[in-house]
This record gives sequence, C-alpha cells and structure tokens, in this order.
Amino acid sequence: MDATLPILILAIPLGMFLVLGLAGCKMSHKMAGVLGCLGMGTTLVLAYTTAFTYFFSGSPEFVNAAGERLQAVIFNHTWLAFTDKLVIRLGFLLDPISAMMLVVITTISFMVHLYSMGYMRDHHGVYERGFQRFYAFLSLFSFSMLGLVVATNIFQMYIFWELVGASSYLLIGFYYVKPSAVSASKKAFIVTRFADLGFLIGILILSYYTGTFNFTELTSAPVEGMADVFNVSETTALSVKSIFESSATPVFLGGSVLTWALVLIFMGGMGKSAMLPLHIWLPDAMEGPTPVSALIHAATMVVAGVYLVARLFPLYLMEVTALEFVTWVGAFTALYAAIVACTQIDIKRVLAFSTISQIAFMMVSLGVARPEFHHGLGYMASMFHLFTHAMFKALLFLGAGALIHAIGSNDYTAMHGLRKYMPVTHWTFLIGCLAIAGIIPFSGFFSKDEILSSCLGNSTFIYIWMSLVAGLTAFYMFRLYYLIFWWKEHKIPEGHHAPHDQPWTMSLPLVILAAISLVAGFIPFGKFVTWNGHPYDFMAHFDWSVAAVSLCVAIVAIVLATAMYRKENPLPDKFRAALPRLWEWAHHRFYWDELYLFITHKIIFDRICRPIAWFDRHIIDGTMDAFATVTHAASRAIRPLQSGQVQLYVWWYLLGALALGGITMLCLL
Amino acid sequence: MLLVPAMIMFCCGVYGFITRRNMIAILISLELMLNAVDINFAVFNRYLWPEATEGMFFTLFAIAIAAAETALAIAIIINLYRSAKNIDVRDLNKLKY
Repeated sequence: MDATLPILILAIPLGMFLVLGLAGCKMSHKMAGVLGCLGMGTTLVLAYTTAFTYFFSGSPEFVNAAGERLQAVIFNHTWLAFTDKLVIRLGFLLDPISAMMLVVITTISFMVHLYSMGYMRDHHGVYERGFQRFYAFLSLFSFSMLGLVVATNIFQMYIFWELVGASSYLLIGFYYVKPSAVSASKKAFIVTRFADLGFLIGILILSYYTGTFNFTELTSAPVEGMADVFNVSETTALSVKSIFESSATPVFLGGSVLTWALVLIFMGGMGKSAMLPLHIWLPDAMEGPTPVSALIHAATMVVAGVYLVARLFPLYLMEVTALEFVTWVGAFTALYAAIVACTQIDIKRVLAFSTISQIAFMMVSLGVARPEFHHGLGYMASMFHLFTHAMFKALLFLGAGALIHAIGSNDYTAMHGLRKYMPVTHWTFLIGCLAIAGIIPFSGFFSKDEILSSCLGNSTFIYIWMSLVAGLTAFYMFRLYYLIFWWKEHKIPEGHHAPHDQPWTMSLPLVILAAISLVAGFIPFGKFVTWNGHPYDFMAHFDWSVAAVSLCVAIVAIVLATAMYRKENPLPDKFRAALPRLWEWAHHRFYWDELYLFITHKIIFDRICRPIAWFDRHIIDGTMDAFATVTHAASRAIRPLQSGQVQLYVWWYLLGALALGGITMLCLL
Repeated sequence: MLLVPAMIMFCCGVYGFITRRNMIAILISLELMLNAVDINFAVFNRYLWPEATEGMFFTLFAIAIAAAETALAIAIIINLYRSAKNIDVRDLNKLKY
C-alpha cells in the first residue's frame, strides 16, 4: 500500500494543531472551529479509506491465501539508531485492530469536533474563551492517539502514549482558572505518569532480553507457524522465541523475566485505563469540558490500556500468570466501579465510573481469552466491546453534555423530568442506555454477550461475577436515565426559560452515534478482528443460553430500576436506610481518594519527605554555609594587610625575599 | 672590589625606596638600584668572561629601558599631582580592599 494516505492521516491533525495553536488567536472563533472540523473530516475520510482498503481490498499484502489477515508495515522510518540493536523507528503498522481503531478514533473525534461547535458557546451564541486553543488541543490529541494505535514498535507506542497523556492533561485543565480543574489535571498527569514508570521499566526489560522493540517480531515469537501472519521470517520468530524460552530461567520474586515485563507493561495500561488501584484520576478528569470527556475519557484514550494488552496478546499467552493478573484486576475493578456508579449524584461521575467498569469488562475479556476456546473468542469480544462501547459511551457523554449545557449543572437533582423538554436528547440517551445495558438488538448486547461467553469458557465463577456486574450496569444506567428524564415534573427556576434541545451541530452527532449504537451489533466482527487473523464466524457458534441469561439479568435490573426511580417514591431512601454502611462507603467511592491522601500526605510527606528536607536544609546546606562562613571570616582577618601603603608592601617583599634567600642558603649549605 | 660601591649604591637605593615620602625621591632611589645592577653586569662581564660582550650590551639595554621607564613614571606622577595635588606616597592609599 502506498504510504501517502497513512502519512496524511498523521500529518493533517498535527498540522491542524500547529496552525490552530500558532495562528489561532489571529482568526475568528468560527473560522478556527470550521477549520478544525474540516481537518478532522478529511482525516476521517482518509482513515475510512485506509481501513476499507485493509479489510476489503484482498491484496496479498493484507490477506494470505488461507484468508488470514496479516500485519502490514506500511512504512518504518529509522529515527534514532544508537547501536545495531538499539534502533528507534517511527512507522505505520496496519493490522485488524489498528485499522479498527483508526475508524473508532476518527469517528468519535469528528463527532466531538462537530459537537463542540455548539457546546463551547453559551445560550446567546457567544464562543467560550480559548475556543481556538480547545480545537488545537483536540487536534493534538487526535494526532497522538492515531500515532499510538499505528505504532510499529513498543517505543513509538510509548512516545505517543505520553503525548496522549499530555494532551489529556491540557484538556482536563482547559478551564485553568477553576482550581478544581487544575488539581484534576495535575492528579491525572501524576497518577498516569506513575503508572508509566512501570510501563517504561517493562519495555526496558522486554527489549533488553529480546533485543527488539518491533511488535511484528515480539508477537510472532510465541506462536508456532504464524510468522507470515506477523510479517517476519520464520528464523526471526524462532530466534526471538528461543530468547524467551531461555529468559524464563532468571527468576525474580517468584516470577520469570517475561512475567515481570508483562505485568509492568500492564501497569502502564492500568494507569491509562483507570484500573483499580490507579483509577482515582478518571472521575476527577470529568472537570474538563464534556466533549473532551466523551472523546478522551470514555471512547479513545482510556482504552489505550486494553489496546496495549491486545497488541501484545500473543506474548501474554506465553505467560498465563500475567493474563490471570489482568483478569482479576479487571474483575475487581468492574465490580467496584459498578457499585460506586449506583450512588453518585453528578451525572458525569456516574458515566465515568461506568466507563471504568466497561473497560474492566474488556480487560477481563482479554484475560480469559485462550486459543483453545473458540479460537480466542475473548480477544475478539474485547475489541468488539471496545468498538461498541466507544460509540455508545460517547453518545451518553455527549447527551450528558447537552443536558449540562441546557441546565447549567452536573447534578441530576437539578434535572428530573426533562423528557418533554429535550426529546432528541431523551431518545438518543435512551438508546445509549439500552445499548450499555445489553438489550437486544442494541450493539452492547452482542459485545457483552461475547464477553460473557468467553468468561464461561474460562471459569464459571468469573462468568457469574461478570453477569452480576452486567446486571448492576443495567441498573445504574437506568437509575440515571429515570432520575434525569422522569422521577418528577421539571421545575423551571424563577427567571429562567424552559430547557430546550440543542442546535443541529450538537444534535447531529447524537443522532449519528445513536444510529451506530443501534446497528453496530450486527457487524460480523469475527470476520475482521481476531487475535491470529484467522476469520471466525461467531454467529455460527452463538450461545443462545448465555444470551438469554444475560438478557434476563439486564431486564430484571431495568425493571428494578423502573420500580425504584420512575416516579418519585420513598423506595430509594428505604433501600439506602437498609444498607447505610454500604451506601456511605460506595458514595465516598470506598474512600480510595482518602487512602491515597493518607499515604501521600501522612506517610510519604510527613515521614519521609520532611526528614529528607530537614537533612537537606541543615546538614547539606549547613556544610556549604560553614565553608562560606569560615572563608569569609578568614578573609576579614587578613584584610588589613592590603593597606594601600606601597612602602609597607615593599617591606614585606624585602623580608620575604631575604627569608627565602636565607632558607635557600641554609639548604644549599 | 669593584662590587662594593655597587653594593653600597643598591642598599642606599633600597633604604631610600622604603623611607622617602616624596614620589620623586622614590623614583630616584629606584634609579640608584638600577644603576647598581648595571655596574654589576659590567663588572662580572669584565672579570669572568672578558672575551664576551653580552654583559655590556645588557647594561646598555637596561639604561635605555630605565630612561623609558623614568619618563613613564614621571608622567604618572604628574598626572597624580594634577588630580590629587599631592605626591606624598603615604597619603596615596586609595588602592586597597
């Protein structure tokens, strides 16, 4: 495939960032917005073309005779060549998941660009301050995210990984005059940076032992006879494989080198994807503008962790311990976030916890995927859920943005009964809720069903656990839906006009995303994305019993939510009074933030940092000060010698010369 | 024996250099020391290496340099006098810490 299209896909958002960032203040608000949308629209067309070419052209570059999809390196530019082995390249890798991610990112990003044209202005049509800056940052983010998914090697991925982190920081702190936004952006940056430390160490361990950064070589190694799918020679694959087998011997704290490398790399993914215990930044990240939450903190950046594990999936298959770690982290996070989401008041927080829970679903799905069970169904399910979740969660966030825009508050207590006033938002939000709850025929039903099937294939316990979480998901989403749109009649505050639907720039993305959420489930995903490129028709293996059970669970949960929240009634309060402790803990997010504050302030700052600061101030600075003081005093003491009396100097010189002469004579004699 | 007057001249020069207060007198003492050294050059050349002439030439060279140096010193002293109205070396002690 020609390299022009891929280069343009990356170059257009980058160029748009530079243009809007440097010349943005010179152009009008509208001009900047239209320019940003046009740039993203072009990228969208190019990305769709690329993905279409990859999946449907049937060129031998992309698909082999057996119908397996191949990894294709479109270009791989050598950027920094330190030694023969330590070479850092920047390139463009096209394979099923990166092609799929290109579609997801450009779609959501374009919708958000369009939506922000309406969202980032007030009811009188006045644009917000920093509107051009907002579009510049959005372009920067799109560029970084696209660069991340098409990375040909793990180091390129790391570079773009940090870039998305930086643009996320900039966008969370967009309202930089608001203290809460500033601290939220700092928190997000520090927590993910802490996780990235683990990622970096993992990369270093992995590449130190294998001598390569390239995904094609790394992932080809563990699987017999798959070298051609991963586009490397058989000998390369075998040599990397032998390195892995020999590296299994150095054992550190009960794990082989590979286990540690993979767990540490996964730690980076835990930070970015807000897995327990590094999830604390994501709910606070909702301080950013709502379109940003939809793009970065729901649909694209936060699934980078899932994408990372999927990218290295063949390696994880070599180390089942690491995969089990992924499963359990995911399972606990999913349950935790689902419980917390049931008690939040801020609608964006509910959606944030729901995002955490759904990403954990994807993680679990990757964790339980095994090639023995339906050709690694979990991998496919995870990517499928990533796709559908991106669409319906972006839809929900943009809907929430429309509500917040109309009401001017994030709390559902200020909303209630909005269905009559905002019909477009109401219907699209309902579609999003049905999709996430997993009701047939909405997209979430299919992807969630795949995940539950693959859980069942791995262990019944995980299956029951995740089904419970799926039920909770349906419950909290419909609780949110009823509390926003039903509960009681909407009271319009004095002096305000009635809330109404938004301009077309905001409605259009909602309608498009709702349409996608409605039909995306029918995409035969297994034909496009599987872990080994081998097409797999999941509809032929569709497990109707699992589907029926998950459907029943979802319907029961929705009925429960309907009973509790459709009309104003004392049932929720009774429920809350029955479990006061649990409610309190869940409402305070199980005190994770307090725990972090305790550890950082009371233990790290007070017990470690303060003594170190004292040592620095008193011992190290003290030594230096002592040197200075002694030198100063000595110089004051001998200063009178330089009196300005020339003849005294001559005296001293004479005496000195005589003394030296005398000493010399004595020595010679 | 010819070294003795040179020795006496040099010591006088040193004494004058240290004790005189007038800068002109100090300059004269300095010349005295230089001339003592010149005599030493000539004497050593004459008695130790009679066939060589380097000592004599050094003497001539030193006389020429001394003339230039005296002119320079006088110029400095005159400028000093113009600005400070004084050439007493003990009062000219501004150049210190």
